[in-house]
Amino acid sequence: MKYNVDKDGMYGRFGGAYIPEMLYPNIEKLGQVYLEIIESEEFQKEYKMLLKDYVGRPSPLYKAKRLSEKYNTNIYLKREDLNHTGAHKINNTVGQILIAKAMGKTRIIAETGAGQHGVATATACALMDLKCIVYMGDTDIKRQAPNVARMKMLGAEVIPAMSGNKTLKDATNEALRDWIANPEDTFYLIGSVVGPHPYPDMVTRLQAIISEEIKEQVMEKTGRDYPDYLIACVGGGSNAAGTYYHFLDDERVGLIAVEASGMGVDSGETAATIAIGDEGIIHGSKTFLMQTDDGQIVEPYSISAGLDYPGIGPLHAHLKDTGRAEFLSATDKEALDAAMELTRTEGIIPALESAHALAALKMKTFKPEDVVVVTLSGRGDKDMETYMQYFMPHPILPKGEG
Amino acid sequence: MNRINELLNRKDNILSIYFTAGYPELNDTVSILQSLEAAGTDLVEIGIPFSDPLADGPTIQASSQKALENGMSLKVLFEQLKDVREKVSIPIILMGYFNTVSKYGIDNFLSSCEAVGVDGTILPDLPFKEFNEKYADTFGERGVSNIFLITPQTDDERIKLIDSHSTGFIYMVSSAAVTGAKRDVSEKQVRYFERVNTFNLSHPTLIGFGIRNHDTFKNACRYSNGAIVGSAFIKMLEEEGNNKEKIESFINSIRTA
Ligand SMILES: Cc1ncc(COP(=O)(O)O)c(C=O)c1O
Repeated sequence: MKYNVDKDGMYGRFGGAYIPEMLYPNIEKLGQVYLEIIESEEFQKEYKMLLKDYVGRPSPLYKAKRLSEKYNTNIYLKREDLNHTGAHKINNTVGQILIAKAMGKTRIIAETGAGQHGVATATACALMDLKCIVYMGDTDIKRQAPNVARMKMLGAEVIPAMSGNKTLKDATNEALRDWIANPEDTFYLIGSVVGPHPYPDMVTRLQAIISEEIKEQVMEKTGRDYPDYLIACVGGGSNAAGTYYHFLDDERVGLIAVEASGMGVDSGETAATIAIGDEGIIHGSKTFLMQTDDGQIVEPYSISAGLDYPGIGPLHAHLKDTGRAEFLSATDKEALDAAMELTRTEGIIPALESAHALAALKMKTFKPEDVVVVTLSGRGDKDMETYMQYFMPHPILPKGEG
Repeated sequence: MNRINELLNRKDNILSIYFTAGYPELNDTVSILQSLEAAGTDLVEIGIPFSDPLADGPTIQASSQKALENGMSLKVLFEQLKDVREKVSIPIILMGYFNTVSKYGIDNFLSSCEAVGVDGTILPDLPFKEFNEKYADTFGERGVSNIFLITPQTDDERIKLIDSHSTGFIYMVSSAAVTGAKRDVSEKQVRYFERVNTFNLSHPTLIGFGIRNHDTFKNACRYSNGAIVGSAFIKMLEEEGNNKEKIESFINSIRTA
């Protein structure tokens, strides 16, 4: 358990709860009850039922044959894109909504980047008949329009965040401000393994179903009880945390995290936190973040709204610090090309976020016998406009390359 | 004796003003301090601008943004405050988010505070527990008071605990809100103020958040040793600029009906 959170909410020297006193009672209370609730029979029964019958789990582990041939190894895709609402985010929201209900909260707030977490939260709220408010950066509202429409149809109120670059960081600030102003009836349903303790651990546990299933499915498909590599994209890091969780202490498994480097790591237009960030505090957590010499948070950039974040969950900061995980980054272009590659070799259009994980296949050399699991965190429906803009100006769409 | 304690021992109905360093113009910091002192302000809190001020409402957010664009940073601020004690004698508190201070380095920060004559800090997102375990001693050695917040949601036991670890005063946040919220004093608030008063705390309290005119100031003083005005003062600066007369009439309008 050396990579897990300790009793003070720390992952090594990262994590903790750097929050103003206004949030202290809520965070303290949540910290006291979340494990008890998650481990209760009642929660487990309902959570498992929802994952199975509502989310559609287990999500398949699909052997991508043509992609495997291309890279001369064995590539398996963990199909979180097939979940209800189209991404891994729903695993977390159905769990947290049950926690919110157990705590007697009646008003749910959330931040969202790509809109996937917003949709997953609005969905869980519709299911449980709870009031839902989603903060979303104004830039993201424009680039993820289909998800904004979905949230509205689901009955959520979408409030634009107008500060900074108007992206995920700014939406998170607004959600925290809302929680400060509404401490009694409101539950803040965070969408990634970020924020003050206990959020990083709580969200990790709710996403851990991904690696629980991978473990069984790898056994079923290969006869081995572990893969050689697990690859996931990292914004805040929730699909990666879920993908790694049950293998954290199994050092036979190589953990690969892929950040979004935007226009390039050194371009000044990037979201590759591990690559260019250093230690500091963002959204209540001590972790790596992109900041100036004066400690001001730097505005990130990525074509992918879900990865466009200047921090990273404290678990990942610790995995970096200890060398347990390898951190790579993919540019906008590398991700877009990887998305087209998967589409044309396997007939799967991935989310732009997930395309960053796929881009790592080109950066590593695998052995023919390796078992490589890539978590396909979401589907590309929401990104069609971006894909069309990038690929349509070309006179001829690239032919299948496999 | 520390200037904050000296003031608190001597005076009631304390008026404290918060403003953002480097706003409206980069080099306004010291002249605003001087105007505030001349107008009869008892205490000042200088905000260290931060890119992501999550406990602040739109007014202070905008002033921070402008101050950063103007080129403000902790380095620049300490440079500006270098000779401040030749010009200003009221207590000065620096208020800011922990990331800017920890990036500057806690030891460096305290040395600079001591060197220029800063008397206290308010670092809302530095946890109470971590401060006590890691930093309380060094702050004490440097003679810098770190002020803690309590809110309507803080339970009785924690209020007493915070009191027992306080130096200077306790910052009583008036309601569940970010800075700048315009709420009138409610029944609920009064009950909270009265509840806190029944504890006979060993430290004075100042009420902040939503104090913006004579009425709200007077009301706050009924339940505490004084009050803190932030967003309303910044709004005035936004409209009038750094103007000595306007600052004086603003302070008068808070003090008297
Ligand atoms: C499909 C998809 N993948 C990945 C992410 C990034 O989040 P995380 O790093 O928490 O998995 C998002 C976030 O919106 C997403 O929608």
